[in-house]
Amino acid sequence: MLYAVAVFAPLLGSAIAGLFGKAIGDRAAQAVTITCMVLASVCGVISFVTLVYGHGHPGAVHIMTWVDSGDFHVEWALRYDTLSAVMVAMVTCVATLIHIYSVGYMSHDNTIWRFFSYLSLFSFAMLMLVTANNLLQLFFGWEGVGLASYLLIGYWYDRPSACAAAIKAFLVNRVGDLGFALGIALVFVTFGSIEFGPIFGAVGKHQTDVYMLFGTSWRAYEVIGILLFIGAMGKSAQLGLHVWLPDAMEGPTPVSALIHAATMVTAGVFLMARFSPVLEFAPYALGFVTVVGASTALFAATIGCVQNDIKRVIAYSTCSQLGYMFVAAGVGAYQASVFHLLTHAFFKALLFLGAGSVIHAMSDEQDIRKMGGLAKKIPLTATLMWIGSLALAGVPPFAGYYSKDAILEAAWAAESGVGAYGFWCLLIAAFLTAFYSWRLLILTFHGKTRADHHTFEHAHESPPVMTVPLILLAVGAVTTGWFFHEQLIGEEWGHFWGAAIVNGPANHILHAMEDVPHWVSFAPTVAGAIGIAVAYALYMGMPAVPGMLASAFRPIYLFLLNKWYFDELYNAVIVRPLLCLARVLWQTGDATIIDGVPNGLAAMTTGGSGRVARMQTGSIAVYAFTMVIGVVALVTVFLLFR
Amino acid sequence: MNAAGFPLLSLVTWLPLVGVLVIMSVRGDEATVAANARWTALWTTLIVFVLSLVLWVKFDKADGGFQFVETAAWLPQWGINYKMGVDGISVLFVLLSTALTPICILASWEAIGTRVREFMISFLILETMMVGMFAALDAIVFYMFFEGVLIPMYLIIGVWGGPRRVYAAIKFFLYTLAGSVLMLLALLAIWYQVGSTDLVTLLHANIPASMQTWLFFAFFASFAVKVPMWPVHTWLPDAHVEAPTAGSVILAGVLLKMGAYGFLRFSVPMLPLATANYAPFIYTLSVVAVIYTSLVALAQTDMKKLIAYSSVAHMGVVTIGIFTVNVQGVSGALFQMLSHGVVSAALFLCVGVVYDRIHSREIARYGGLADRMPIYAFAFMLFSMASCGLPGTAGFVGEFLVLVGAFKVNFWLALLGSLGMILGAAYMLYLYRRVIFGKITRDDLKGILDLSGREIAVFAPLVVLALWMGVYPSSFTGFFDAAVNAMVDHNHAALMGTTTIAGVLTP
Repeated sequence: MLYAVAVFAPLLGSAIAGLFGKAIGDRAAQAVTITCMVLASVCGVISFVTLVYGHGHPGAVHIMTWVDSGDFHVEWALRYDTLSAVMVAMVTCVATLIHIYSVGYMSHDNTIWRFFSYLSLFSFAMLMLVTANNLLQLFFGWEGVGLASYLLIGYWYDRPSACAAAIKAFLVNRVGDLGFALGIALVFVTFGSIEFGPIFGAVGKHQTDVYMLFGTSWRAYEVIGILLFIGAMGKSAQLGLHVWLPDAMEGPTPVSALIHAATMVTAGVFLMARFSPVLEFAPYALGFVTVVGASTALFAATIGCVQNDIKRVIAYSTCSQLGYMFVAAGVGAYQASVFHLLTHAFFKALLFLGAGSVIHAMSDEQDIRKMGGLAKKIPLTATLMWIGSLALAGVPPFAGYYSKDAILEAAWAAESGVGAYGFWCLLIAAFLTAFYSWRLLILTFHGKTRADHHTFEHAHESPPVMTVPLILLAVGAVTTGWFFHEQLIGEEWGHFWGAAIVNGPANHILHAMEDVPHWVSFAPTVAGAIGIAVAYALYMGMPAVPGMLASAFRPIYLFLLNKWYFDELYNAVIVRPLLCLARVLWQTGDATIIDGVPNGLAAMTTGGSGRVARMQTGSIAVYAFTMVIGVVALVTVFLLFR
Repeated sequence: MNAAGFPLLSLVTWLPLVGVLVIMSVRGDEATVAANARWTALWTTLIVFVLSLVLWVKFDKADGGFQFVETAAWLPQWGINYKMGVDGISVLFVLLSTALTPICILASWEAIGTRVREFMISFLILETMMVGMFAALDAIVFYMFFEGVLIPMYLIIGVWGGPRRVYAAIKFFLYTLAGSVLMLLALLAIWYQVGSTDLVTLLHANIPASMQTWLFFAFFASFAVKVPMWPVHTWLPDAHVEAPTAGSVILAGVLLKMGAYGFLRFSVPMLPLATANYAPFIYTLSVVAVIYTSLVALAQTDMKKLIAYSSVAHMGVVTIGIFTVNVQGVSGALFQMLSHGVVSAALFLCVGVVYDRIHSREIARYGGLADRMPIYAFAFMLFSMASCGLPGTAGFVGEFLVLVGAFKVNFWLALLGSLGMILGAAYMLYLYRRVIFGKITRDDLKGILDLSGREIAVFAPLVVLALWMGVYPSSFTGFFDAAVNAMVDHNHAALMGTTTIAGVLTP
C-alpha cells in the first residue's frame, strides 16, 4: 500500500498542479507537488527498508487489467522486489530534492506551476518504469519519461533551439523504442507472456528456441537481448543514439539533473538488470552490450575534455558513466552496474545542480571560458562541486571510488576479449574523467577570473532552498559508496538482492572480482590521480599550453569539439535525404503520378471543362451516368448468371 | 425478440430521420430555422446516442455471434430480408458513429452559417446511413447503406466546403463509387452461388477456390478505396482539406472505417483462401502506405492535409493487422480503428478551432499559440501523443497489438509496419512545434481566444475516451474478443480443411 502511494503520489501532484495550477497559483502548485513528492519518498524509503532490512516479502501490487487480447494478457501492477524498491527509494529521494531546488532556481519563471507539474509527471513515469511487473508497463514508463523529457527540454518553448532539442530527444528515443517494442513482441512469441514472473520461470524451457532472421537461425535469447539493448541504447544515450543527450541541456538545469543524471538515462541500465535472468543466457548479446558500453565510455570522455559549456561537459560525462554501467552489465556484474547507477545518481545530480548554482550566480552564463576565480564568490557551491567531482573521478573514499573500481575489476575478471577491451577503454576513460572534471573545476572556480567585471561582482551564493538540497546530495555522494558496497556487491549479495537479479550457474564474476591482481584495483585510482595532476598542471600551472595544444593538433581538436561530427553525419545521411524524399513523394508521387491518372479521366468525362460552374452541373450528369453504368452492369451480370 | 426487448437497432438507425422530418417542418425566418435545426439535430443525435448505449450495457460479451437481431421480410420473392444485428466487430462502430455525430453537430454550431437546415438534414441522414451500414446483416441492405453514405457526405463537402470543394467532392464520389460497382458484382455473384444474401449464412458458406480470387479483388477494389490504401488514397487529402470541420471529423472518424470493416466482414471470413494467398500483397501496399504517407505528411504545409495523410498511414497499420488473421493482429486492427476514430476526429476538431478564429489552415500562419491558448495546447498535445501512439493513450494499444500480430507473421513486416512509430512522432511533433510552440509574431494571434465553453464540451468526451482507451482498453477489447477469436478459428479451420482435401487429392 505504501508502495502504491510512493508511485502514485507524484501523479496526483502533477495532475493537480497541471490542471489547476493557473487557478491555485504558483505557490500552491509548488506546495502540492512537493508535499506529494515528500510523501512518496517517505513511503518509498520505508518500503525499501522493510523489504531489505525488515520482514517484507517480495511480491506485486495488482491494480487492474490493462490489455487483454486472446492469450496476450497484461496487468497494471507494481513489482515489489529489491531492484524495484531500491530504485523507487533513490528516484523519489533525488526527485524530491530536485523539486525543492527548483523552487529557488525557477523563481523568476512565468509558468512555475507548469514546470512542477512536468517534473512530477516525469517522476511518476520513472516510478512506473522501475516498478513494472511486465515489459509493457515498463514500456509505458519508458515512453512516459520520453514524453516528460520532451516537455521539459522544450519547456522554454519560445526558444527555437529548445524546441529542436526536445523533438530530437523524442525522436532519437523513439528509434530505440522501436527496437524495444520489437523485443517485447519477440518475448511474447517466445515465452507466450510478457509478465516477468512467467518469463523468468520459463527461462530454462526456451534455451534452444531459434528465430529466423537474415536467412539464418539465431537463438531467440540473443535476438531478444539485442533488441532490448537497442531500446536501452536510445534511452541511455549509448554510442550512435547518444546525440540527443547533449542537446537536451537546453532544458532548465534541474531538468538536466533529474533526467540526464539520476533517472531517465539510467532506465536502460535498469532494464539490463531487470532482464538479467534471460540475458544471462545470451552471451553474444552481452558481448555486444560490453563493447558498445566501453566504446561509449571512452568516446564521450574524449568529447568532454574539450567542451566549453559547463552543462555539456557534465552531459558527456553522464554519457560516459552510463557506458561504465553497461560494461558491468555486459560482463554479468549487474549488481555492480546498479551500484554505480545508485552512486552516480547522487554525485551527478549534485554536479548538475551545482552547475545550476554557478549559472544562477553568473547571471545565466554557461561558458567556462568566461568564468574563473568563483571559489571566492561562491565558496559553498565550489566545495560541493569539488565533492561531486571527487566522487566522479573515483577518489577514495567518495562514492564513485567503490562503484567504479568494482566495474573495472569485473571487466578484468571476465577474462574475455570483450572484457579486456572494456577494461582498457574504461581505464583510459577514468583518466579522461578526472582530467575534464578538474579542467572544469579549475576553469570555473580557480585562477584569475575571465568574467566581465559586472557579472563577477554580481556573483552571489544561491539561497538555502537551493544549497540545502545540494548539501544533502553531497552527503549521498560521500556516503553511499562505503555504506552500500558490501551489501550490493559483497559476498553476501544474494541476501540483499534476493531473486531480483539472477546470475547464471556459470557466472561467478562477483566472486572473481575479489581475486583480481592488486594493480587492477589500484589502476583506476592512479589513472584518476594522473588525470587530476595533468589538468592542474595544464590549467593552473601553464594556462597557455591548452590553447597551444589545440592549435597544434587542430584537426583532432575540431573533431572532438564537434562531437565526432555525429550530428552532421546524421543530418547528411538521414534527415536531409528523408525530407527531400518526402517532398518528392508528395509533389511527384502523389500530385503528378497517382493523381494524374484519375484527373485525366475526369477531364475527359467533363469534356475538358475547367470551369467550376459547368463542373457543378456536370457532376449530376456524372453521377447519373455512373449509376446507369452500374445498373447496366447489374442487369448484364444477372442475365449472364441466369 | 432480442436482448433489448424492442427493435433497438432499427430505432437507432432510423430515428435521425424523424429529426429530419421535424427540421423540415419548421417554418419562419432564416435565423429561427437555423436555431431550430441546430437544436433539433443536437437533441436527436443525443437521444440516438443514449439509446445506443443500451448496446453497451446489454451486449453479451461472451457471445461471438450476432445479437440484437431483427428480421423482417422485405423482398420475399428474391429471398431478401431486412435484417439487422451486431456482433463484437460491429457493435463498437455503431457506438462510435452515434457518439461522434452529436460532437460534429456541436462543432458546426457556429462554423456553419449558411443553409444550416440543409446541413443538419444531411448530417442526420448521414448518421442513419452509417449506423445502418454497420448494423446491416443482409448483403443487399448493407450495400444500400454503404452507397447511401456517399450522398450526404458528397453534399457536405460539395456545398459547405472550401474553395475547391467541387473538385474534391467529385473526386471523392467517383473514387469511392467506381470501386463499389465491382463490389456489387461480387455480391451478386456470391448471392447466385450461395443462394442467400443473409450475412450470417454467407459467413459460413464455402465459396469455391476458383471464385475466391476474383471476388477478393472485386471487394478489394471497393474497400481499398474506402480505407484508403496506397495508391488510391489521393482523394482523401483533397476531401479533408475542402470539407468543413464536421465533415472531416466524420470522414476520418467513421467513414474511413467502412473499408476496413468491409475487409473484416466480407473478405477475411468469406474468402479465407484468397485472403491467405493475397495477404502478402496487402502487406506490401500497407507498408508502403505507412512509410510513404508518413513521409508525405512530414512535408505538408497545410494542417488538415498533414492529418489526412497521417490517417492513411494509420489505416495502413489497420490493414496489416486485419490480414495477419491472428487474434492480436485483428484485435489490434479493430482497436486501432476505434482509437483512430476518436483521435483523428479530435485532431480535425483541433484544426477546426484555429480555423474558425483565423480562417487559415496554413501551418506557417501560426506559432506560439501555447501562450494564449493553454487549454487548447493541452488538448492538442494529448491528441498528438495519442496519434503517435504513446502508451497510456488510445493510439498505443492498437498499434502494439498489430505489431505483435505482425511479428507472428514476419519480422520485417513488424519492423517496417512500425516505422510509423518514429515517423508519426516526427510529423506530429513538427506540426505541434510550428503551431503551438515558438513566439507569437502575428498581431491577430496575440488576441486569439482559448477554447470556449462549447468547444470544451466538444473536446471533453474525446479527451476522456483517448485516456480511457489507453489505460483500460479491456473495456473495449472485451466486446470483440469472442468474435475475433471465432473469426480467426473459422478462418484457420477453413484453411486447414482445404489443405487436408488438397493433401488427399494430390497423391
